[in-house]
Amino acid sequence: MAYSKETREWYENEISGIREAGLFKEERYIHSPQAAGIAVEFPVGAAPKQVINLCSNNYLGLSSHPDVVKAAHEGLDYRGYGMSSVRFICGTQDIHRQLENKLTEFLGTEDTLLFPSCMDANAGVFEAVLTEKDVMIADRLVHASIVDGMRLCKAMQDTYKHSDMAHLEEKLQEHQDKRVRMVITDGVFSMDGDLVKLDQIVALAEKYNAMVFVDESHASGFIGKTGRGTHEHCGVVGKIDIITTTLGKALGGASGGCVSGRKELVEMCRQRARPFLFSNTVAPVIVSGALKVMDLISQTTARRDKLEQNTICWRKLLTEAGFDIKEGESPIVPVMLYNARLAQDIARDLFAEGIYVVGFFFPVVPKGQARIRTQMSAAHETHHLDKAIAAFIKVGKKHDILGKGKKEIIAMYGQ
Amino acid sequence: MDEVKRMVTEYVTREYLEEGDDRVIKEDTPLITGGIVDSFSMVSLKRFLEKKYNIQIPDADATPQAFDSINNIADLVTRFTKGRV
Ligand SMILES: Cc1ncc(COP(=O)(O)O)c(C=O)c1O
Repeated sequence: MAYSKETREWYENEISGIREAGLFKEERYIHSPQAAGIAVEFPVGAAPKQVINLCSNNYLGLSSHPDVVKAAHEGLDYRGYGMSSVRFICGTQDIHRQLENKLTEFLGTEDTLLFPSCMDANAGVFEAVLTEKDVMIADRLVHASIVDGMRLCKAMQDTYKHSDMAHLEEKLQEHQDKRVRMVITDGVFSMDGDLVKLDQIVALAEKYNAMVFVDESHASGFIGKTGRGTHEHCGVVGKIDIITTTLGKALGGASGGCVSGRKELVEMCRQRARPFLFSNTVAPVIVSGALKVMDLISQTTARRDKLEQNTICWRKLLTEAGFDIKEGESPIVPVMLYNARLAQDIARDLFAEGIYVVGFFFPVVPKGQARIRTQMSAAHETHHLDKAIAAFIKVGKKHDILGKGKKEIIAMYGQ
Repeated sequence: MDEVKRMVTEYVTREYLEEGDDRVIKEDTPLITGGIVDSFSMVSLKRFLEKKYNIQIPDADATPQAFDSINNIADLVTRFTKGRV
């Protein structure tokens, strides 16, 4: 037998190791559509509990929007369920190209190519456009999918300290002998919620003749005055060579991603990116829903404006209550707790109070930086935030952390 | 050997510690397992050593273990420079 007793034991050991290290992840089953209020079965077997969701990427509240659901139904009726083919054989419909064109227009780029996910876009893009004569210079906090994509690419790898422009400049100087220098960053960093200094990066890229790559997964649809992303926020629309983003967060939240940017680079992806070539693309039903999402967010900024208001309000409520939060302007609002155990205990207590949040700790965030990451949505109403802050205050009092800063929390709970 | 340690300590401090980070890198401070250097940013350290000491460290030798402290790194460098004038 190939899967021998020893083999099984080896895996059992590995899994216990994950548990003992406190890194074991458990799913919670949700018995309702994605929304501000959801029904969660946790632990497994428990009766579903109605809770306020503060941890989804449903930034614009479009995941279950009736117009989007209706458009998806229509797509199912008119273009069927599946394609049973990759794009370049017989897997491309007219609506796929329509969606690509709408994304190009929205992002202010030259062309766009859909991928099964943004993970796939990031995994495939670098290998498709760079060679061993080139160098990739990435912010140290970029998303895991970018790290994987860089590993699959033959170009030299380098990194700079998070958002440290002086360090980036040193690296750009060091690599002047390369054919292409590509600066690689996230638009909004998903763990801290801080925004990239994209105007400064573009200026450095111009000075040192480099290309700029930005992953806008946590920005597309709501950062910037009309929600185009961090390039709009920083006033550099049209100056970004490659943008990748996801349809799996603000833009309807189902699935799918894209590479958008200079048309030659997008064409290289169409010809060479392996996750594009060798995997089915987004299903017609999702494309139809996403087309409606693009219509909705192009017509009005009402949803991103409401998200902005909710974010300002939530940051103010947490600060006034005495929580130690990471300053910033994105709807990702981390409540800092520094200790992994404390983060887990507080998440559990909040769940009992009807608030759904998750604790994050090493290795997802650096050691000693444990936190609860809260995320705002345009679907949240004032009554959701009122109830949430009341629960946070109650649980904060129980653990005696209100009004306490980093040093005091660490003194009480350790790091 | 001490010269190697001094150079590497200086590089690691400059390249990996954020401004305001007051941790002191000692010879046995765990770099990778201690969360100061992650495997993603380790590549620049390897390149620094190769350039500085004019050596080639094969990927098989460039393990997280070999880079986990100033002592380990100095051992690694000595191993590859040994026998050279
Ligand atoms: C910055 C970033 N890039 C890419 C992804 C992957 O997106 P997708 O779900 O489309 O694969 C995520 C999702 O977690 C992300 O946060």
